[in-house]
Amino acid sequence: MWIYQKKLQYPVNISRPNARMAKALMAQYGGPDSELAAACRYLTQRFSMPDNRVKATCNDIGTEEMAHWEMIGTMIHQCMRNASLKEIEEAGLMGYYTMHSKGIFPADPNGVPFTTAYIQCTGDPITDIHEDMAAEQKARATYEHLMTLTDDPALLNPLRFLREREIVHFQRFGECLNILQSCTTAGMTITVPEKDCCCEEKHMD
Amino acid sequence: MKDMTKCELLKKISEYQFVTVELNLYLDTHPCDADARNDYLYYSTKLCELIEAYEAQYGPLMNFGHSPTETGCYVCSEWPWD
Repeated sequence: MWIYQKKLQYPVNISRPNARMAKALMAQYGGPDSELAAACRYLTQRFSMPDNRVKATCNDIGTEEMAHWEMIGTMIHQCMRNASLKEIEEAGLMGYYTMHSKGIFPADPNGVPFTTAYIQCTGDPITDIHEDMAAEQKARATYEHLMTLTDDPALLNPLRFLREREIVHFQRFGECLNILQSCTTAGMTITVPEKDCCCEEKHMD
Repeated sequence: MKDMTKCELLKKISEYQFVTVELNLYLDTHPCDADARNDYLYYSTKLCELIEAYEAQYGPLMNFGHSPTETGCYVCSEWPWD
């Protein structure tokens, strides 16, 4: 189960309204490569992962993605809260405003609502980890695009943090891929990964 | 608490957790109810004690640095869906 901590993983304090960036940031809130998609993807793939280290990685990165989704939501909220209707209209958010006013709705910058069609869980661990690695790279690229669209440090600092997290996650998923591949010999499917556990606790149980 | 089995202790934690979840939700809409706040504090303290006792004997329940214990292994202990 989960508990909530009443703080952000990395501080977000945007004081200047910025409807244009609010729109762009929606890519990471409700788009195909969004933090929401990442969290759903890893937290649902973890059940069919055959190795405890890979389960732990999917579980914990999936959990961290929820904290990132909260950061992006905070950023959009702070960019929108003091924006005038004129700024909202100029940013091309008239359709969004009509349907959601200043509420934070999981859709991409073009207004396409979030769907789980963005994610996959094949139940094939190697396939799923490859998807996860690709997802981290797509999110990193998206953060880099976002960083070219603004020079406001209040936006750039959290974006920089989030971009770095994508790189770390990619690295960890790469290690998961190695773990899974080391469990397969000569094309055999993964059936015995838990024997790879290195700690003594397993034997005590 | 020392005499309880792993399973019994986990069940006890779930019971206290359920009480604190329920009280928490009640307090979300009644933040000034003094009785409920007292109950919440009482059960929160008990919950922490139970979790501490469990983790000292059987290993960490939480990730991200919230279970400081040398016992057991977060990765290799049984996952709840296994």
